[in-house]
Amino acid sequence: MNRPLNRNPQLDADGALHHLLTLEGLPREHVVRILDTAESFVGIAEREVKKVPLLRGKSIFNLFFENSTRTRTTFEIAAKRLSADVINLNIGASSTSKGETVLDTIDNLCAMQADMFVVRHSQSGAPHMIAQHLDAMAQTHVHVINAGDGRHQHPTQGLLDLFTIRHYKKDLTALRVAIVGDVLHSRVARSLIHGLTTLGVPEVRVVGPKTLIPAAAANMGVQIHHDMRQGVRDCDVVVMLRLQNERMRGALLPSAGEFFKNYGLTEEKLALAKSDAIVMHPGPMNRGVEIDSSVADGKHSVILPQVTFGIAVRMAVMSILAGGSA
Amino acid sequence: MKVEIRDGRVVDPKHGVDATQSLYVAAGRVVALGAPPEGWHPNRVIEARGLVVVPGLVDLAARLREPGFEYKATLESEMRAAVAGGVTSLACPPDTDPVLDEPGLVEMLKFRARTLNCAHVHPLGALTQGLRGEQVAELGELAEAGCIGFSHADAPLPDTLVLYRTLQYAATFGYTVWLRPQDAFLAKDGVAHDGEVATRLGLPAIPSCAETIALATIMRLIEETGARVHICRLSTREGVAIVRAAKKARLAVTCDVAVHHLHLCDVDIGYFDTNCRLIPPLRSVRDRDALRAGVADGTIDAICSDHAPVDDDAKQVPFGEAEPGATSIELLLPLALKYSQEEHQSLGAMISRITELPAQIMGIDAGHLAIGHTADIAIFDPAAYWRVERGALRSQGKNTPFLGLEVPGRVRYTLINGQVVHEA
Repeated sequence: MNRPLNRNPQLDADGALHHLLTLEGLPREHVVRILDTAESFVGIAEREVKKVPLLRGKSIFNLFFENSTRTRTTFEIAAKRLSADVINLNIGASSTSKGETVLDTIDNLCAMQADMFVVRHSQSGAPHMIAQHLDAMAQTHVHVINAGDGRHQHPTQGLLDLFTIRHYKKDLTALRVAIVGDVLHSRVARSLIHGLTTLGVPEVRVVGPKTLIPAAAANMGVQIHHDMRQGVRDCDVVVMLRLQNERMRGALLPSAGEFFKNYGLTEEKLALAKSDAIVMHPGPMNRGVEIDSSVADGKHSVILPQVTFGIAVRMAVMSILAGGSA
Repeated sequence: MKVEIRDGRVVDPKHGVDATQSLYVAAGRVVALGAPPEGWHPNRVIEARGLVVVPGLVDLAARLREPGFEYKATLESEMRAAVAGGVTSLACPPDTDPVLDEPGLVEMLKFRARTLNCAHVHPLGALTQGLRGEQVAELGELAEAGCIGFSHADAPLPDTLVLYRTLQYAATFGYTVWLRPQDAFLAKDGVAHDGEVATRLGLPAIPSCAETIALATIMRLIEETGARVHICRLSTREGVAIVRAAKKARLAVTCDVAVHHLHLCDVDIGYFDTNCRLIPPLRSVRDRDALRAGVADGTIDAICSDHAPVDDDAKQVPFGEAEPGATSIELLLPLALKYSQEEHQSLGAMISRITELPAQIMGIDAGHLAIGHTADIAIFDPAAYWRVERGALRSQGKNTPFLGLEVPGRVRYTLINGQVVHEA
């Protein structure tokens, strides 16, 4: 039945980026523009005064309904380097259960003249809901950045991964990328897969046991591998995903040790990838669970540069959104 | 009160009637069809030219939310909605608060419904006490109080020994047990069909085997116990095949589908539309097409509304936290009509799946227009299209995936016991 689908939830009527909610369906020109803009921000961190006045006078609310130190910190740094005023709100799941709904919170913050919300939530789709609500309430000057929603998307992480790959591998249209581990629960994987295919990466693989690969993964345009050695063979990029502790209970996996044996990235397995392969991880790492310390700290690892680039990428996203289409 | 329903297209599948003629109602009963009784002087004439006159609709699943959930809906609001949708008899599941596991509650509900003088309410009793899935409820007492069958609603019943015993017990007395087939473990925490959409949106998923495994268990237990079982809300292609095979093997089983599932699939979730958060989940296009084929070939006996009004606050949350359910009792006829038009089915075939056949499943004498029978009648305009909007719905629940859509079929009059209870 032909139900009227809402228009693209993150683009405005002119096709300009209004919110950043997902990398799925984000046009290539927007992805490239963000990455190019981020390029120009990388240098700022090396200056003595690490600030530009692009967002002076703007109020950015970090709304973290799910705890996070690292992502919140990088968003905060990015906003401050753009001279915005940053307000951090750590709203654990408990406080919303005390009465105020997410949308009530949003309405209140709008009354405080918020310009942008950076939202993390444990439920897939929460930032979409907030963005739709703002649009419905005609708060069209307020922007939403998804900082990770449930298992759905973590678009700024996906963009910083793309930035990192583009930094080390010039031609994306000749790459083989393996994403390894808990794909089922990973918003990082879902963002990166869409970003890679948008930029024309010809071969994206997901590697993991059947319990951690979602039902219709192949429909996202990836190859599925259950054997790690085959999965990383001849790859240019190996992205390791974080395995949450709670996934090691129950029937998904027998133990961290057995997971590491099968899917942990060791020097021996990495040797099967291309000799100039880079190793990435969204952090925080579980050493000895998904990645061996010698690999995490080894010459192929670009895990710390990812963090540095992450700030530039988030600055780029914020400046493009709140800076208007200028 | 004598009412003449003049020159409508009278469709009564049970008696093979489909012709333009007049219908005569007196003292609450159908008294004649075609030619008027002798000495006929009506108090009221309803001009039904161009309209379709059918038995009042019989809905196998309408949550009225009383007792316990009056903030979602009340008996008054939902009974008004029922007759606005042409529904004159309905079965309500026992998942109220408290659950319908005591005769007193059932009697109270029936009494409250009777005083409203609207649709006939037929409660389903709880199969186990408190719907906890442990101790069989007092089925005999509940049946005496007016329960037409026993159901576990959407509460999990993971213990197969309890299921086995309750079916044995129900079979002893010939009670029908209504079961929604879903394996409690496989469905745990899931909110969407385990397919492409759930994969992309990162929604916890419910695989199709949650339904097929439960169905296989139920079918084996029917064979073991001889119980009469009604399967509620089929949702998968494989499930339709299992029921088809069971019917071929002459098992005492009937089944229904919710009208949503004949039209929608998981793709309709779009950008996390919480109105599409339903139980069972909307599945793939192939599943939807198999359900449509199942209705067409009679594997699926009845189409129900699965009316479940939910208040706005419970839908204005992220998809995974949204309360499942949609208001739909006013959409049963339009959506069933739309289905039959799209599938080029006869009006009679479709009408039988929302009148005669569900009445048979409920074990009540309703859903037909025999002379001398209670005059529960719906009269609708099949050519009238209307837009589903919040303001157009009588139900207190305003959330439905069909908001904004045009649907065919406007109910113009509803009669219960010969009284006009709805006009539009």
